[in-house]
Amino acid sequence: MKSDDFACMISRSEPGPGDGGRTGSWRVQRPVIDTAKCIPAKTGKPSCFTCWLFCPDAVVTKTIPPTIDYVYCKGCGICAEECPAGAISMEDESRFITEENDKGCI
Amino acid sequence: MEQKTRTLTLTEEEFVYPGNRACAGCGLGIVYRTALKALGKNTILVVPPSCLTVLQGLYPIAATKLPCVNVTFASTGAAASGVRAAMRALKKENMNVVAFAGDGGTGDIGIQALSGACERGEDILYICYDNEAYMNTGVQRSGTTPQGVVTTTTPIKGKTQLKKDVPSIVAAHRIPYLATASAAYPLDLFDKVKKAISIKGPKYIHVHTPCPPGWGFDTRYTVKVGKLAVETGLFDLYEKDAEGFRLTDASLRLSGKPRKPVTDYFNTQGRFKSLPETMVADIQKDVDLKWAGYC
Amino acid sequence: MHLIESGNVAAATGVKLSRAQVIAAYPITPQTPLTEKLSEFVAEGSLTAEYIPVESEHSAMAVCIAASSAGARAFTATSANGLLYMNEQLHWAAGARLPIVMCVANRGIGAPWTVWNDHQDSISQRDGGWIQLYANDHQQIIDTVIKAFRLSEIVSIPVMVCYDGYLLSHTYMPFEAPDQDRVDAFLPLFSPKNKLDPDQPSNFNTVTLPDVRPDVRGNLAPGYMEIRHTLHQDMRNSMEVLKDIDQAFLDAFGRGGTPFVEPYRCDDVEHVVVCMGSLSYHMRDVIDQLRSEGVNVGVMGVQLYRPFPDQAMVSALSGKRSVMVFEKALSYGNQGALYADIKSALYNVDRRPLISNHILGLGGREIKTQHLYDAVKQACGNPETLGDTPHWIGLKCQAS
Repeated sequence: MKSDDFACMISRSEPGPGDGGRTGSWRVQRPVIDTAKCIPAKTGKPSCFTCWLFCPDAVVTKTIPPTIDYVYCKGCGICAEECPAGAISMEDESRFITEENDKGCI
Repeated sequence: MEQKTRTLTLTEEEFVYPGNRACAGCGLGIVYRTALKALGKNTILVVPPSCLTVLQGLYPIAATKLPCVNVTFASTGAAASGVRAAMRALKKENMNVVAFAGDGGTGDIGIQALSGACERGEDILYICYDNEAYMNTGVQRSGTTPQGVVTTTTPIKGKTQLKKDVPSIVAAHRIPYLATASAAYPLDLFDKVKKAISIKGPKYIHVHTPCPPGWGFDTRYTVKVGKLAVETGLFDLYEKDAEGFRLTDASLRLSGKPRKPVTDYFNTQGRFKSLPETMVADIQKDVDLKWAGYC
Repeated sequence: MHLIESGNVAAATGVKLSRAQVIAAYPITPQTPLTEKLSEFVAEGSLTAEYIPVESEHSAMAVCIAASSAGARAFTATSANGLLYMNEQLHWAAGARLPIVMCVANRGIGAPWTVWNDHQDSISQRDGGWIQLYANDHQQIIDTVIKAFRLSEIVSIPVMVCYDGYLLSHTYMPFEAPDQDRVDAFLPLFSPKNKLDPDQPSNFNTVTLPDVRPDVRGNLAPGYMEIRHTLHQDMRNSMEVLKDIDQAFLDAFGRGGTPFVEPYRCDDVEHVVVCMGSLSYHMRDVIDQLRSEGVNVGVMGVQLYRPFPDQAMVSALSGKRSVMVFEKALSYGNQGALYADIKSALYNVDRRPLISNHILGLGGREIKTQHLYDAVKQACGNPETLGDTPHWIGLKCQAS
């Protein structure tokens, strides 16, 4: 018998998203960016990105305007709390559920 | 003085996948994501049981894009030493070997292995994320739980003993670089991790890491609560190396200025609900005395 | 090269010839001279290895686990309470499937403190998923260490090389140290299929669910139970590998040929004494004496204890009139562990021998040849009367 015949099963995990499933389903409220207030969106220049900096789940993009991946956003609200322009509001998830269900995201 | 990283210049590449199992608003999420940006690809992680074990995911999916070995609770410092030894033996010198452990895994059960690694001068970076209790098992007191805090094993009256000053214990090993940081100041953390990996020998970074369910605050306030700990002077951001001790970032800006009262911090969290007035006064006195020593 | 050295130095020489890359060391009697010798080899440059003087045995095994996970050949050594202090790490190393080699200079366990020899330390670790090999003399120590590295790296299971504290670790005996180039030919460089590597980032030993679960490509990955079942199957299959390695070693160096058990004058005998370690060689004098007196008895040493070589036991012992198991360890409140294992192996044979258990030498209690002679002679005379309860040899007083 050769070494290839042994240790064919070990606990060796490979990197990938969504180990915890579609964690967007955890949300009670979702952050919604008002591009009229968002600094990079308003100025059209790379700036601020506080929401991107503080997001514990890396679901906010460092883009103009920033976008949020609702498949995985857990709805903690840190981005809304920390946004210096008050551009992110937390809105009740129930409002969006029908729409998301239709897309199969939840 | 080296250039400070700003949000705009912070590395964009992510090494942690979304959809992981960390709680909403997890301070560790910010800490881990930021630290891994600073570490980059050439890194091997060593992780004992902790909230990070949960964040990193269940077999066969890992939330982390870097190689990582999960090790037993008490062995982190020694295991990191073992990885470094293997890197030397295999002539892979250009590798960051980084231990990432919680406060219980660092200051309680893991302190012997950490002390051994520091004393031996192992070329490793040890990052302790301090969420001030055993959160992964459901909020039991640890050596680093602050005085007065209610946990599931210090119910009703809260913890009677003081918070163990783990950075000072590590500093007693006279390692080449030691720092504290906070989840609420990720750019300061990023720069400290960058600096740490540029230095040979044992490095230690102790990161204050707010925990919404364990500390009793709404998930949206993780950064606010972390900032208040610094702004009240309870948790200080500093570095200690061959050039001595210095405050950094928000703590440096605080020196010589009036600080917020500690009650501003305590009032944000359910875990301090049992704190008696007299203890609050004593803590405020201690903080004032500590800061008098900084000036 | 012929050497006259201690058993610990024989072990250290085996480790040097095996080119261990990472050595973790924490002192404990009677293993200490082994790791001292290795530090000397490293300091003088005759062995290129990372020598990590850790702060505990728990950390010694942590260093080995991590270094092995990172792709380095790792070694440590310990005894008694040091081995027990490693306990969770031993299970971890096996579950993580790491080919670590560790020498155990067998010593009794406290309390009360004892530094002297028995087998309670390694026997108590029999269920952790380590392969356990027992050496009977200095030549077997050095040979077994070299074979252990090759075995562990093929089967991805850690191996304990056990030898008697003081009786072997500190006594001087002649032995042959093979040439380096011939050992290099026998033991190729360690190249694991899984290791910590940024180019192929994996997360090792993650929390694993009770049930199976799809991986990132949608393929079903095993649960905890499948992974543990694999460990068990691989341990069973490692006996075949050990047999091949033993044969290859015999071909290359002219020594070996008894990978599982080592019988002495056992052909066509009525009675067989079974024991482990140096006691099996000590017992040969008794066997010779009894044979000269017409008692039809032989002795068999057990060299592989885990995985348990049950088929070898059946082949060697079935059809004998009686089997006497002499042990320097026991499962308190029950019987000797080796005795229980042998009984279990023989349960289904057609011609089941009578079997008895004899406990001796705990905490280094002197084993006098006369005691062995008396016990074996008596047991061979009346094997039907011995029963299932362990017989204690050499007790000098009993609680009143």
